[in-house]
Amino acid sequence: MQVPAPFEYDRASSVEEAVALLERHGAEARPIAGGHSLLPMMKLRLARPERLVDLNDLTDLSYVRAEGEWIALGAMTRHAELAASDLLARHYKVFQDAERVIADPVVRNRGTVGGSLCQGDPAEDLCAVVAALGGQVVLRSSGGGRVVAARDFYLGPYETVVAPAELVTEVRIPIRPGSGSAYEKVERRPGDWAIAAVGCFVTLAEGSVADCGIGLAAVGANGYCAPQAEAQLRGQPATEESFRSAAEAAAASCRPQSDQRGPADYKRDLVRELTQRALRRAAARAMAGGA
Amino acid sequence: MSTTAEVPVSPAGNPIGFGRMLRKEDQRFLRGQGNYLDDIKLPGMLHGAILRSPYAHARIVSIDTAAAEAHPKVKAVITGKMLEGLKLAWMPTLSQDVQAVLATDKVRFQGQEVAFVVAEDRYSARDALELIQVEYDPLPPVVDARRALEDGAPVIRDDIEGKRDNHIFDWEAGDREATDRVFAGADVVVAQDMLYPRVHPAPMETCGSIAHMDRVTGQLTAWSTTQAPHAHRTLYALVAGLPEHKVRIISPDIGGGFGNKVGIYPGYVLAVVGSIVTGRPVKWVEDRSENLTSTSFARDYHMHGEIAASRDGKIRGLRVKVLADHGAFNGTAQPTKFPAGFFHIFPGSYDLEAAHCQVTGVYTNKAPGGVAYACSFRVTEAVYLVERMVDVLADELGMDPAELRRRNLLRPEQFPYTNKTGWVYDSGNYGHTLEVALEKAGYSELRRQQEEGRARWRAAGGSPEKPGAGGQHLMGIGISFFTEGVGAGPKKHMDILGLGMADGCELRVHPTGKAQLRLSVQTQGQGHETTFAQIVAHELGIPPEDVEVIHGDTDNTPFGLGTYGSRSTPVSGAAAAVVSRRVKDKARIIAAAALECSPDDLEWELGRWQVKGDPDKVKTIQEIAMLAHGTLELPEGVEGHLDASVVYDPPNLTYPYGAYICVVDLDPATGRVQVERFIAVDDCGPRINPMIVEGQVHGGLADGVGMALMEAIQFDSSGNCVSGSLMEYLLPTSLDCPSWELGETVTPSPHHPLGAKGVGESATVGSPPAVVNAVIDALEPFGVRHADMPLTPAQVWLAIRGRPLRTDIVE
Repeated sequence: MQVPAPFEYDRASSVEEAVALLERHGAEARPIAGGHSLLPMMKLRLARPERLVDLNDLTDLSYVRAEGEWIALGAMTRHAELAASDLLARHYKVFQDAERVIADPVVRNRGTVGGSLCQGDPAEDLCAVVAALGGQVVLRSSGGGRVVAARDFYLGPYETVVAPAELVTEVRIPIRPGSGSAYEKVERRPGDWAIAAVGCFVTLAEGSVADCGIGLAAVGANGYCAPQAEAQLRGQPATEESFRSAAEAAAASCRPQSDQRGPADYKRDLVRELTQRALRRAAARAMAGGA
Repeated sequence: MSTTAEVPVSPAGNPIGFGRMLRKEDQRFLRGQGNYLDDIKLPGMLHGAILRSPYAHARIVSIDTAAAEAHPKVKAVITGKMLEGLKLAWMPTLSQDVQAVLATDKVRFQGQEVAFVVAEDRYSARDALELIQVEYDPLPPVVDARRALEDGAPVIRDDIEGKRDNHIFDWEAGDREATDRVFAGADVVVAQDMLYPRVHPAPMETCGSIAHMDRVTGQLTAWSTTQAPHAHRTLYALVAGLPEHKVRIISPDIGGGFGNKVGIYPGYVLAVVGSIVTGRPVKWVEDRSENLTSTSFARDYHMHGEIAASRDGKIRGLRVKVLADHGAFNGTAQPTKFPAGFFHIFPGSYDLEAAHCQVTGVYTNKAPGGVAYACSFRVTEAVYLVERMVDVLADELGMDPAELRRRNLLRPEQFPYTNKTGWVYDSGNYGHTLEVALEKAGYSELRRQQEEGRARWRAAGGSPEKPGAGGQHLMGIGISFFTEGVGAGPKKHMDILGLGMADGCELRVHPTGKAQLRLSVQTQGQGHETTFAQIVAHELGIPPEDVEVIHGDTDNTPFGLGTYGSRSTPVSGAAAAVVSRRVKDKARIIAAAALECSPDDLEWELGRWQVKGDPDKVKTIQEIAMLAHGTLELPEGVEGHLDASVVYDPPNLTYPYGAYICVVDLDPATGRVQVERFIAVDDCGPRINPMIVEGQVHGGLADGVGMALMEAIQFDSSGNCVSGSLMEYLLPTSLDCPSWELGETVTPSPHHPLGAKGVGESATVGSPPAVVNAVIDALEPFGVRHADMPLTPAQVWLAIRGRPLRTDIVE
């Protein structure tokens, strides 16, 4: 049995209390949501927070709902709830695609939207999905709140703009009627982190790509996205040829590292292949009415 | 799919004999009432934790334990220096080497045991490890086995007097000259290098022990995760000088062993020392990373195979050179005179003119071990070698791999067959089993589908330059035909540290006709409590629910060397049959006395002795049991009661075999492989409980898929183990497995009392080459002849581009 180093524990009953606890205890306190990243690191003693602030009583942060032009995902919404959401299925099938291949049911039952984004694991599928969709992240602190574009949320691997006494409360996704989306991932085994993964959406107008977003996981893409590839695709006809060019651009733009999952050139080739597949499926969904 | 004839059914609905029945032990496991090592809590029990080396190779300059000793809940801190005083710093391995219990001079692998803390709770013990200051002087490590024997390589085992290199042993089998002659005259010779990577058994329950040394009585009781409790008892006595009659080993419910729980680990010895020092029971249970990085690995065979054949596909000879990476200490668990285990079986299932192999064992700065993980003592490596070589030859000859095997399998009339290393295969009808498998797979139809798929791939623009063009997948079909030698073993050939490999067995039939069977072997999930009860039922007619199987406690069971190498049914299963027959013979005398006739006048019907020609004059085994304990006057020289004991020394190994066919779907764009179908036709002789056999086969097939596609213990160039968690050491899940398609043929062993051959490891042995052959077959359009396991998506992608990686070292 792996056991963590000693730590103090608080269980917050409201966002205000959680923020106050984080503020009082400073940088050595860590909020804990699903715990499926933090706890294993603590058991290996790679993470040694002096205090945990448990957010699991903040059930009011668990929701998926439409709010005007946006779909709002509460930060404490579990992966399994995203997978089961009819609202998301109607607007963005990319969530279902991705949730089917994120970890395993145990992790999906516990892991949260906020936790996934704040962990900032370079291979986190949900980060790539939110980046592809041009989402926003809502933060709260004792001084009030702020909203950050998902693509500007990350400073680097495992590093985000979240301040020590700040809490992510919500992620927002813009609604794009008629758009299609998809997620493609290759992993060594179901449940493993991606070797490479690509999420995207496309909005079509008269056979051309009016708008698009491409998110990349596990390949060292800044902000989990591929803006050059998106720029190249916008305005182009929704054809295999265009998708191939965009895929080449996405592959060229990322910076994968060689590791146990494979050499860098393999991962780059996967980005090319998976971007093309994701765009193809997203366009097909758009043509079939969207999602 | 049962092969067994109709047998009577007991009041509880179980077969009185062979047949399907639910496992008796499942009641407690499914209700959460199993009793595993970590469930055991003794009054006053303390907890141990091990400080391990962060370096693969380093000299220990100093160890400062003062701060750890000052921790308020720490009761003892033990170092190698202290153990030297007790002469316990080193312990003998099962392969005539020594292994450090705690490092004294150097650390020789990352994860090696350096100090042991005993504290009031597990958390404090773990916290105190961080208070121990160890100063290391790092040394260059030997990570690449292929460079271990180079001049100037760092000498790992400078603890051994006069040791100047990393060489452990050279061993050979077969006839070198005859083999060279065959090769010189052969039409076709093909060679292939291949690595069977280091893998880990990774049982669900990790290893551990609770030691309780009673200072008053001098009695040591150790609850331990062991597959071989009796062997452990004798070894504790020999190693620590403890009187053997005062040593009791209890192996409780075991959550999987697969060979990982055969040997004695430093942690077990440290729990004993901790109890001696503190006077209280000490529990030590390793965590998952400790299990993966420090306990017995398996395989790690770097093999060079050469196969010689005639142009028309007659295999003539096989020549093999192996470099065996044994890690820092030669700690392989195997019969002592067999440094390469049973690799002698490398000529496989084929009728060859000559064969020769040479194995060289080397030390590296990696964890010790070597034989573990359901491998039947290196049969796994041997089968992989020969089955890959046959496919390599088929590729060279342009011949269908099924046809090539068909032409070369041993024929029924050749049995008993002495193979080219002198091993006598007991029985087999190989060609029949292969045909059953091919038929079940629909082999020719599969080949047709494969051709169509390849045509679609080419039509869509697929080519070696554009593997992923058109999005078409490729089908691969792989065959393996394996023969195992299991059930070690005959005393005249095999021993472990001088202990013969015969198994004791005792049967007591109580006055009311209920029975207890005491076994020396120890189940780790194989269903012994059911299978062995069925053997007694088959022999005596006592319903299996009336037979309690007792095992795992050395004070309550007869001596024997334990469960591994698929030996339980071949050795202890035979013992259970023989001891039942002894009881049956005695029951005949008692029945004759009761029926006032001669024993010769009686005939056996299952569960009863009756007078020939007069079925009304009968005594059931239950009636006889009461009579045996009662006042009936027995003939001169016949004692009362209805008990017997036996020691069974097997006359030979048993040789189960099988034909496996794997069908994979391969995405050439991404390198991803999915096993679509797996047909496994096993011949293990009669099946005592077909359901348990099938369960064993299912598990072994999943094991094989794991080894072929995802599992490997890998090291970086500094000797850091990079596979120390289940995030990196990937185990297969149900999503990686198809619905297994099983079949059977039945060829009894002529020398086993039940004809049974053992099956525990068959699927683990036979399936990896089938999966790999299927993947390589799928890659035929790219001219790929071989790529080493694990065939991860990256490895497949690289193989397509002609540059597969070494899978032992991560750069």
